[in-house]
Amino acid sequence: MESSLDKSRSHQVYLETGGKREQDKSNVLFGFTVFLLSESMVFVSFFLTYTILRLTTINWLPPGVSGPELSTPIIINTVVLLSSSVVIYLAERALKRHNLWLFRVLWLTTSAMGAYFLAGTLREWRSLDFGLLTGLVGATFYLLTGFHGLHVSAGIFLQMLMLVRSFVPGNYNRGHYGVTAISLFWHFVDVIWVILFSLLYLWRA
Amino acid sequence: MTINPNITSVSNSEVRQELNWKRYFSFNTDHKVIGIQYLVTTFIFFLIGGVLSMIVRGELITPKSDLVDRTLYNGLFTLHGTVMIFLWIIPSQVGLANYLIPLMIGAKDMAFPKLNAIAFWIIPFGGIFLLSSFLLPSGTAQAGWWSYPPVSIQNPSGYPINGETIWLLSIILLGISSIMGGVNFVTTIVRMRAPGMTAFRMPIFVWTVLSAQLLQLFCLPVLTGAAIMLFFDLSFGTNFFKPALGGDPVLYQHLFWFYSHPAVYVMVLPAFGVFSEIIPAFTRNPLFGYRSVAVASLGITVVSIFVWVHHMFASGTPSWMRILFMFSTMLVGVPTGIKVFAWTATIWKSKLHLDTPMLFALGGVIMFVIGGITGIMLGAVAFDLHVNNTYFVVGHFHYIVYNTITMAIFAAIYFWFPKMTGRMCHEGWGKIHFWLTFIGANLTFFPMLPLGLQGMVRRVSSYDPQYAGYNILASLGAFLLGMATLPFIANIVASWLNGARAANNPWHATGLEWTTASPPPLENFAKIPTVTLAPYSYGQPQYSTVDTSDEEALRRHGN
Repeated sequence: MESSLDKSRSHQVYLETGGKREQDKSNVLFGFTVFLLSESMVFVSFFLTYTILRLTTINWLPPGVSGPELSTPIIINTVVLLSSSVVIYLAERALKRHNLWLFRVLWLTTSAMGAYFLAGTLREWRSLDFGLLTGLVGATFYLLTGFHGLHVSAGIFLQMLMLVRSFVPGNYNRGHYGVTAISLFWHFVDVIWVILFSLLYLWRA
Repeated sequence: MTINPNITSVSNSEVRQELNWKRYFSFNTDHKVIGIQYLVTTFIFFLIGGVLSMIVRGELITPKSDLVDRTLYNGLFTLHGTVMIFLWIIPSQVGLANYLIPLMIGAKDMAFPKLNAIAFWIIPFGGIFLLSSFLLPSGTAQAGWWSYPPVSIQNPSGYPINGETIWLLSIILLGISSIMGGVNFVTTIVRMRAPGMTAFRMPIFVWTVLSAQLLQLFCLPVLTGAAIMLFFDLSFGTNFFKPALGGDPVLYQHLFWFYSHPAVYVMVLPAFGVFSEIIPAFTRNPLFGYRSVAVASLGITVVSIFVWVHHMFASGTPSWMRILFMFSTMLVGVPTGIKVFAWTATIWKSKLHLDTPMLFALGGVIMFVIGGITGIMLGAVAFDLHVNNTYFVVGHFHYIVYNTITMAIFAAIYFWFPKMTGRMCHEGWGKIHFWLTFIGANLTFFPMLPLGLQGMVRRVSSYDPQYAGYNILASLGAFLLGMATLPFIANIVASWLNGARAANNPWHATGLEWTTASPPPLENFAKIPTVTLAPYSYGQPQYSTVDTSDEEALRRHGN
């Protein structure tokens, strides 16, 4: 239909008008996805380290240490974190339907659930009978849960940032790629937790 | 933004560019400024790394350990390797890519200009941070650039903040910069191409940068993970890699080489891209087998992820693993060989124009053959076990990192200097630089191959007097190589200030970067170009990028 010259002209117009910003913002989503895929490789290196060390070490549990145990608070914690993924999805949907207040309420609920999870992690850390320096079981446990907790904190921080920006007039006139990106990040943090949970609590030897 | 690109004329942009030299010292988001910032900054680190290596070679000119203290010697070669890899080879090519990628694909800038500037400014701070460890009471890191435990976590000085701490933090910091760059390049290449710039119309340099950055994104986080765990072992007393307490030092080697072998391809792929740009331009031939060369770049990316254990044949790896990784190592020679054959076939029966960029490219390709063949030799398990940890390995990888990649960077600087500055380099001094470098590089690194075969181990400051002859040659070569950079610096500085004015397309090359002004205006193109031709359409009368105003250069290059 269009000749290539026309296409270039329309592209030119597209770039010189608001289209440029639009394109920049969808680049943000693309770039952020690339970043998440890359970031997941840090976790892969930790997961592999954990798995290999656990499979090859003779005294995985030092005498008197029982390792991380699956308990009710941890299950509740897990359920809260995983269901927050549903809540953030609903928040995103509310924003798509221009229901700004519902979005804010659901968005804040997500952060609160994340904060509950973090507090639960800290509570668990305090109740454990081993520390960072208790053999490989301690080192890998605190490294994995700590690094994941760091990501949860980063997610909450970014969510707060987005919440503040939702009060800026006209913030969503050109789409809501920031919200989509952070929601993606939150799902990513949840998937990591599922793997982590299986490795740390479900794997019984 | 009030600048309308349609009214930016060449003379205006020139005036603006020359007035604003201060922008090179500021947080500027123009990809061209950032590209030059990268190149100049990393070149300074190259000089620092070069001085470190010359002290090392000065120590090795005599069999006895007499010039520097042994501890300092360990620090010197550790920092030499680290500076050259993480502050010269990798970021200088990132700088080149920064300058060229948006121009080559017809974009106004990178996808994320601010991220780009942040990624750059991490480099000088990370580099100074790393070098500051010379001032610490503990001295610098001393465990070599690969920092194997248990040596790296012994901390003999006992200080809580020691050279190794600084080393690990610098590596993590520079890694963050690289990931920012990777995200930026991949997004830019995938999403910002001009209309008509299909995948198989992209210049090979773009393909190679894409392949290299995909490797960075996939493999570098694993090194970051390893560095974090090593940092915990060193500073907090955990035992991930401490064998005495159940940890596994070989696991660190796996994690380290999972990045650091692909890193070699991160370093060499853009160099291949540079060769693929320069050789067609100076032979006036289309690049032979363009599609195979393009796909071979991605082939190298995929295969190179599965070769890392060839660094660990002597680390007690099981024999099934050795055989498997020997096979994959040989396999990576296939896409690499495709490229060498393509360059050879491009040169075949052509009329060569031996300008400085072409000399460096040809020199680089010739020496890459030596580096590549010794690499295949090292891939064979039996041979590798024989020369493991000897100067043969040192000779091999310097044939890659200096004689191939650094030559390619020089070639690229000479080739694109007119585009970057609007000035021509001095040809005579360029040729002197080339011959000094070519002779110096071979004199330095070739004697290391027989030395290794005879059994001289690396990383020692004293050695048996029977090795003295070759060591003297290598040391003299290293000093010559150091001197060889002087005509380069003089040439670049003098030409930048006072060189002959460059036309938009002084080499009569194809490629979008040559269709715009030299230096290109802000946002690169007066109008986003539409691409209608495959790249390297040399020898075709209708090729799109001839600047017919420059009759003299056209005659000179023939057609």
